[in-house]
Amino acid sequence: MGEERWMLPAGVIEILPSEAQPLENLRRRLLDTYKSWGYELLITPLIEYLDTLLVKPGDTLDLQTFKLIDQLTGRMMGVRADMTPQVARIEARQLQKPVPTRLCYLDTVLHTRPSKFAGLRTPIQLGAELYGYQGIAGDVEIIQLMIETMQQAGIRDYQIDIGHLGVYQEFLNQFTPEVQNCLLDIIKRRAAAELPDLVKTHRITATHQTWLENLLNLSGDQSILIEAQDNLIGYQKTTQALKELTLLAEQLQNIPIHFDLAEYRGYQYHTGLTYGIYVPNHGRALIKGGRYDLGLQHIGRPQPATGFSTNLTLLAALAPPSPLKQRKIFAPANPDPQLSQEIARLRSEPDTTVICELPEISDLPPQLTKTEQAQIMGCQYELQWKGKCWEIVAIST
Amino acid sequence: MFKIAISKGRIFKETLPLLAKADIFPLDDPERSRKLILDTNHTEIKLVIIRASDVPTYVEYGAAEMGVAGKDVLLEQGGEGIYEPLDLKIARCRLMVAGPPTPPLRRRLRIATKYVNTTQRYYLGKGEQVEIIKLYGSMELAPLVGLADRIVDVVDTGNTLRANGLLPLEHIADISSRIIVNKAAMKMRSPLIKKLLQQLKIAVEQMA
Repeated sequence: MGEERWMLPAGVIEILPSEAQPLENLRRRLLDTYKSWGYELLITPLIEYLDTLLVKPGDTLDLQTFKLIDQLTGRMMGVRADMTPQVARIEARQLQKPVPTRLCYLDTVLHTRPSKFAGLRTPIQLGAELYGYQGIAGDVEIIQLMIETMQQAGIRDYQIDIGHLGVYQEFLNQFTPEVQNCLLDIIKRRAAAELPDLVKTHRITATHQTWLENLLNLSGDQSILIEAQDNLIGYQKTTQALKELTLLAEQLQNIPIHFDLAEYRGYQYHTGLTYGIYVPNHGRALIKGGRYDLGLQHIGRPQPATGFSTNLTLLAALAPPSPLKQRKIFAPANPDPQLSQEIARLRSEPDTTVICELPEISDLPPQLTKTEQAQIMGCQYELQWKGKCWEIVAIST
Repeated sequence: MFKIAISKGRIFKETLPLLAKADIFPLDDPERSRKLILDTNHTEIKLVIIRASDVPTYVEYGAAEMGVAGKDVLLEQGGEGIYEPLDLKIARCRLMVAGPPTPPLRRRLRIATKYVNTTQRYYLGKGEQVEIIKLYGSMELAPLVGLADRIVDVVDTGNTLRANGLLPLEHIADISSRIIVNKAAMKMRSPLIKKLLQQLKIAVEQMA
């Protein structure tokens, strides 16, 4: 084997210290933020039986899940590809609190195929979920926490996008599954130009065409919600969805929001309001969230739920670099107890690193001076004995 | 900056009059200039000249906010991850199966094409097992030298087919150029994009 022996599988990465530290800093900031909002951390199993891991056989989540056989039971197991259904199940089966429950989670998940944008099969999924509350205040809180997440990451240029799957659900349900797929495909691509063909083949009527054309055009600021009331008529669920959107818009008055009534979600468990955060030059939502219902079959009982999740690796990559304020001090190899004391004191100070010199073990003259070694290790200072005590001295470059 | 990705040649030539109706004029001619980014009469709007099959990629990743791409290219790319809100009804042709009038040599057809995914989907829909060979150009040659039984390619006048003794056999799709838009751009720059789409839509209707 040649050089290819050292290659990593496609979509698998190693994160080196220069990137790992900012990522870890962001991870801590975010988990602390969620904790301060009352979202408790939950750790889900890395691997479990496929029956409980998947939502619906054959869906996108199923295709994204790595599978293997449990040698102990002969049952099929899967490695988590999305933690949201796991968290929902654990909440419903293990916690069952009579009050709204707030949970957050952060861990690596495994995907069978690399995502197009980060090119990753091992994204670090980070998310927060709110269970047991049906009202719009829950959606508001989740959206505010999404905004807080962007703030913690230091990303300023972004757009919140809000949709509602209920807007076109009842409309779609009147067609056969085959036509529904055609229409969803058109909605997904906003390909209004393809609707006349469906009318020609009698699969939809001209009235349906107009309704869908209106739907595909309804995106923009809050004013489109009023437009929609006149243009999307005839379906009770649509009216209900528009009412929820209007309520939400009223609650989020001070935040610039883009409404998109034709918003479509790939993962099938979302049911109502959907929220996304978009950044320039990235064609997919950076943070995705919404109302969902994993149903009796998956979690054992019906439970209103809303939340969001994102990919920490991607979030950290898009965040502007923040200068590390870490102070690094090089300490000489010296048995003086006063030095050990000073090192211990300095290490307890915030943002301070003390690296101890390791004594020379070979008889050959050293290749590098002590100061050169300290610099390569990233130290800006060194400890020097100044007659009475050890002092921090800047390393001159 | 607002970048519109577009390929040289027929698509560019036929898009120009539509862009003109939306008051966008390039300041250079891509056939004469070697520049890849063309300025327009709006300082903010640029035309990015790229290969036709690369247009969806540039737009999907947001390197260009908008683009003009043939439906053949979009079908092949899968149309995932971008919006295609407007049919410009230009650069029209048909995607077809073509071949010699003689019966095929193989029981399991061998098809030469540059549209590998589209061809696969088409024959899957017919429930027919075929062998697909990816070629990058001069498809018409493949059946003549016995490399393939059929070809799948875009057909405009059919002159090249006829000149090589081939016949159009099956119609797969009608092709024309579409406006494609990056998803994030559609949400973040919605007023500008909506205005452009509206102007282009009117221009298309006037041309028809």
